[in-house]
Amino acid sequence: MRHATRTRRRLRLVSIAASFAALAMVASSCGGDDDGNGDAGDGNGDEGDTAAEGDAADGMGVDDGSTITMWTRAATEAQSQRLVDAYNESHENQVELTVVPTDDYLPRLGTAAGAGELPDVVGLDVVFVPQFTTVGAFLDITDRIEALPFADSIAPSHVDVGTFEDRKHVVPHTMDLSVYFYNKDLYEQAGLDPEQPPATLEEFAEHARAIDDLGDDVHGTFFGGNCPGCYVFTWWPSIWADGHEVMNDDGTEAMLDSPEAQAVYDVWKGLVEDDVIAPGTQDEAGPTWTGVFPEGDIGIMPMPSTTLGLMPEDFETGVAPIRGIDGGESTFVGGDSVGIAANSEVPDQAWNFIAWTLSDEAQIEVVAANDDVVARTDLATNKYSEQDERLVTINEVAAQGRTPYTLKFWEAFNDPQGPWLPLVRGYVFGDGSTIEADNEAITAVLQSG
Amino acid sequence: MRSPVARGEEAQAPPRPPAARRPWWRSRAAKGAAYASPAAAFVVMFFVVPLLLVGRMSASEWPLLQGDQGTNFPDNFDGMTDDRLFWPAVGFTLKYTVIVVAILLVLAMIMALIVQERRPGVTFFRTAYFLPVALGLASASLLFWGFFSPSIGPIDPILRDLGLIDGNIRWIGTPNMALLSTIALVVWKFAGFFMIILLVGLQSIPTEVYEAARIDGANRVQTFFRVTLPLLRPSLALVLILSITGSLLAFDQFFILTNGGPDNSTVTVVMLIYREAFQRFDLGTAAALSVVVLVVLLVVNIVQFRFLRRGTD
Repeated sequence: MRHATRTRRRLRLVSIAASFAALAMVASSCGGDDDGNGDAGDGNGDEGDTAAEGDAADGMGVDDGSTITMWTRAATEAQSQRLVDAYNESHENQVELTVVPTDDYLPRLGTAAGAGELPDVVGLDVVFVPQFTTVGAFLDITDRIEALPFADSIAPSHVDVGTFEDRKHVVPHTMDLSVYFYNKDLYEQAGLDPEQPPATLEEFAEHARAIDDLGDDVHGTFFGGNCPGCYVFTWWPSIWADGHEVMNDDGTEAMLDSPEAQAVYDVWKGLVEDDVIAPGTQDEAGPTWTGVFPEGDIGIMPMPSTTLGLMPEDFETGVAPIRGIDGGESTFVGGDSVGIAANSEVPDQAWNFIAWTLSDEAQIEVVAANDDVVARTDLATNKYSEQDERLVTINEVAAQGRTPYTLKFWEAFNDPQGPWLPLVRGYVFGDGSTIEADNEAITAVLQSG
Repeated sequence: MRSPVARGEEAQAPPRPPAARRPWWRSRAAKGAAYASPAAAFVVMFFVVPLLLVGRMSASEWPLLQGDQGTNFPDNFDGMTDDRLFWPAVGFTLKYTVIVVAILLVLAMIMALIVQERRPGVTFFRTAYFLPVALGLASASLLFWGFFSPSIGPIDPILRDLGLIDGNIRWIGTPNMALLSTIALVVWKFAGFFMIILLVGLQSIPTEVYEAARIDGANRVQTFFRVTLPLLRPSLALVLILSITGSLLAFDQFFILTNGGPDNSTVTVVMLIYREAFQRFDLGTAAALSVVVLVVLLVVNIVQFRFLRRGTD
């Protein structure tokens, strides 16, 4: 009996210890700051802190055989890898690229920034840049940018979003724009002119309906109906296109319940109600939303420009700007910005790589040659884009594109549990009765400390 | 009181030299401590220190990017209930735990009873039941996500080809279906593991006890409820503790399969901790949530043990 009691006591102790251990693991996995100070650099990212400034006087940094570390997310791996490979082949410096799964990237970056252990070169989804620039995670590269011979031609959206207290911290690395992709074969079958893409959002809906009428497995359009970032990327340009806003200038007040925004939602809601969208739209959370159009059964849908090179050749893909209700055009200028981490020990070498990625050589022979959008306005028309009018369309619409600025982009708009998804889903798939309350909830997040 | 004789014997005995005292570091206790010290150091490093750090974080304003900004107790604990997701997440986690533990317990018991006795084909079933255990939970979740995906999943096309459905089944598209689909994954993944625990318990029950019950006239149902279940109590206790603790800490399966959706219907408490720490970059609130979960788990396990101990004393 005594033995049994002792055994039970041990079991109880083991159980309690197991509970503690399980919780400690959960809790400790949330920790990322070993030294407890969480210093993300010196706080001001002053490049005067670095030693090798003299060699960087030509504006292109230092190429002395150093090893430069770089992180990027999987979504833009292909573009980053091509640039890194081309740089490593032609320079003494060598860039070691680490690719992190896209969904894990922000947590990984936040943890590294908190511990002051960011890589030398940080690629980052442009919408999250302000979150890091405001805490000094990036080096101030204002002077370096301005010293570039092509400084005035760098696509401004990314640079603007990375500007904090009038100091610049990032430049564009990969440009990803939202544009309509349409299936020219299906356009012909539906009696539409494949050379006349929609000129208004209403016309977009008309085209989708016409193609949906082809029946069988063909559907008018598709969108990521449970993917907050997809809505932002593909629907906001229709609001911007006619000169309207989604937020105020400093990103602290949402305007996503405006009549103009509702007019855009109404067009899509009509397509949902008329069953013009492909099955699975309402449940599409993001991972596979770009995989539907290449199957050839979708008439027209907004897509990321970076997927143009992945389109199959068994049907002809057309590209057109996203339209507003009144026929204006715009795009979401997404993609990755790149900056030098404040904790980098080789900032001049890191700048050598970054500056090279913006050079004519890299932009034309690496970026444009692979059907990607160039990051310089003066190179929008180049020998590769001239061979493919779709690239000209994309490069041209980039100039009219926007990149929204707010310190709370993830919490307000990208978070699957955030307030944006209920607003837009409630409107398009529901009765939209909570739109004002949801918009206030977004504003509350934008204004939270 | 001692006898005089005894006292006399004692008096005549030669004085014994004082026993040579071993140095402390050669004592049994010192050796024991030396053997235990690596494990103790491990526990201190990876359990006690993180626990203390979490405790300190929970009482501090601690943004991931800026680090410790000083004590703010009890703001993190006050603030956690203000999150509109907190109470729904607590409710959902409890609901999920109750359902999944009940299903796992019953199913694992049935499976253990099926494969308990050696008969032709039983090895196949034991292997088949246990096989999913060998797969990581994240991998299994990804596998099921692929199955359920309306875009790339094979299940809907197969069902359509068989003429069983029209269109798509929204496997993770509605709150109830998302919960049921996740439960299906978890049961598939873990039933075999709990079956093994119960199987070991069943096989440790002496056959004499069953024979005695049979001689006393007990039928199979009576034998199960009066003999098997009471003697299986330690194994059942282990299954309950592991399954309840695991369910209350559910994360991977929901993070990968449903990502908390649709419409925030499958957000668990640990998902909230992850969200606070690595997506909202607020380590203080995340640590406060962790401390609350720790206390709840402790209480749950203590209550379970007290309950399960009853009747065995």
